[in-house]
Amino acid sequence: MLDKKIRVLVAKPGLDGHDRGAKVVARALRDSGMEVIYTGLRQTPEMIAEAALQEDVDVVGLSILSGAHMALAPRIMDLLKANGQTNVKVFIGGIVPDEDIPRLMEMGITGVYGPGASTEDIVKDIKNAVK
Amino acid sequence: MISLEESILQGDRLALARLLTQVENDTDDGRAALDALFPHTGKAHLIGITGAPGTGKSSLVNQLALHFRREGKRVAIVAIDPSSPFTGGAVLGDRVRMKDLSGDNGVFIRSMASRGSIGGLAQATANVVQVFDAAGYEIIMIETVGAGQSEVDIAKLAHTTLVVEAPGLGDDIQAIKAGILEIADIMVVNKADRPGAESTEKALKSMLELAHPTQRVFAHHGKYMSAALPIETETNIWIPLIQRTIATDGKGINELAHQIAKHREHLIVSGDWTIRARARLESELDAALQSALMDRFRERVSEDQFNKVMDQVLERSLSPLEAVNMLMNGSLK
Repeated sequence: MLDKKIRVLVAKPGLDGHDRGAKVVARALRDSGMEVIYTGLRQTPEMIAEAALQEDVDVVGLSILSGAHMALAPRIMDLLKANGQTNVKVFIGGIVPDEDIPRLMEMGITGVYGPGASTEDIVKDIKNAVK
Repeated sequence: MISLEESILQGDRLALARLLTQVENDTDDGRAALDALFPHTGKAHLIGITGAPGTGKSSLVNQLALHFRREGKRVAIVAIDPSSPFTGGAVLGDRVRMKDLSGDNGVFIRSMASRGSIGGLAQATANVVQVFDAAGYEIIMIETVGAGQSEVDIAKLAHTTLVVEAPGLGDDIQAIKAGILEIADIMVVNKADRPGAESTEKALKSMLELAHPTQRVFAHHGKYMSAALPIETETNIWIPLIQRTIATDGKGINELAHQIAKHREHLIVSGDWTIRARARLESELDAALQSALMDRFRERVSEDQFNKVMDQVLERSLSPLEAVNMLMNGSLK
C-alpha cells in the first residue's frame, strides 16, 4: 500500500480575478507533498462541490477576495454536505473581515487566512485537520 | 448495506470517487473491489491523448467530451500531471481547461498525479480506467503527462492514441525520430490557426509516407470505398490520420471524433481490438506479477539484510548484480 496523499482542491469561487494568492498557496501545498487540484478562476459553488466529489479531496481551499464569502461559503458547505462529503475540511484565504471569521467557523469552515498569513501555518493546519 | 462494487455498478458517484482513491493508493479494499468489478470491464473505448506540454491536450479533451456527450455517451476523463520528484507533491491543473463539462452528470473527471512513474501515466492509471469501465462509462479519455519523446505507455493502455502537436515545436527531423509519433493512431495538429500549422502538417505527412510507402492506395480511397467498407480491411493496416483542430473554438472536432470512431471500427473489423486487449491484459498481469514477487521478496529479506548488502554496494565491494544474486539466493551473511 502506498502512503495516503493529502488531496486538496484549490478553487476561486465568484467573480474576482485575482488568483495570485491561490497560486502561491497551491505551490506551497505542492512543496509540502500534497496533491493539489487547481481549478482556476470563476467557479460556481456547484462546480466546486462537483470537483471536490469527483476528485475525492480531503480539503477544499477557497480563495475569495471579492467580499462575497458570507454568500459563497455557506452555499459550498451545503453542497458538500448534500453530496455526502461531510469529512472534507474547508479553508478560506483572502480578504475576510475579522468579525466574519467566527461566523464562518460556526458554518464549519476549518480555517481562515488573510493577507500576511504564512504558508507554513497553512500547511501545518491542513496536516493537522486531516489527521 | 450494499457493497462498494455494487454501489459503483448502480452509479453512485461518491462511491466511485472514493473507490478511485482506494485504487490509486493500492489499498486492500481497492484491490478487492477491482477483482469484483473485473468481469464488468472491457466495454469502454479507451482513447489516449498525449503530446508535448502546452499543445492543447486538455482543451482538446474538453471539446471531444462535449462531442461525445452530444452523442449521448457517458464520458470519463483521467488526466495525469507530474508529481514533484523532490516532495512528491503535485499541482494538477487539467480541470482548468474543462470547465465546460461541469454540471453534467454524464461526465466524470479525475486528476491523477504521476507519483514517480515515468512513462507518461501513473502506476494506478490502468486500474482507475478499469473502475470507470465497470461503472459504465462508454468513452474513457486518458490524458497523459505532457510528454516529450519517449512517454509511450499510453499506447499499451488505450485503444486509440491521439498524439497532439502544435505548430512551431520543431522541424521535420523531429518527425522522423523514434518514439511518441510512432504510437499515434491519429495525429492532431492543434492550434491550426497559428502560423506554421501547414509545415507541421507537412512534416508529419512526409514522415507517414516514409513509414507507409503504400499510402498511394489511400489516394484512391473514394473509388474503392463505395461499399462503405474501410480501406483498412483490405490491407489490415491502419495508416495514421492527420487532423487539424483549433481546440479553443471547437474547429475540426467533429472530424476528429469521426476519425476516432473510424479507428474503433478498424480495430474491431481487423481483430486488433482483441489483440490489443490481450496485450494490455498481459502487461497488466506482468506488472501485477512483478509487484507480487517484489512483495514476496520483501517478506523474505528484511530491511536490515537489504541495507547490509546495500552498504557493501556503496563500498564497492559488491556490484549491484552480485548483490541481487546474493539477495535472491538467500546467501546472506
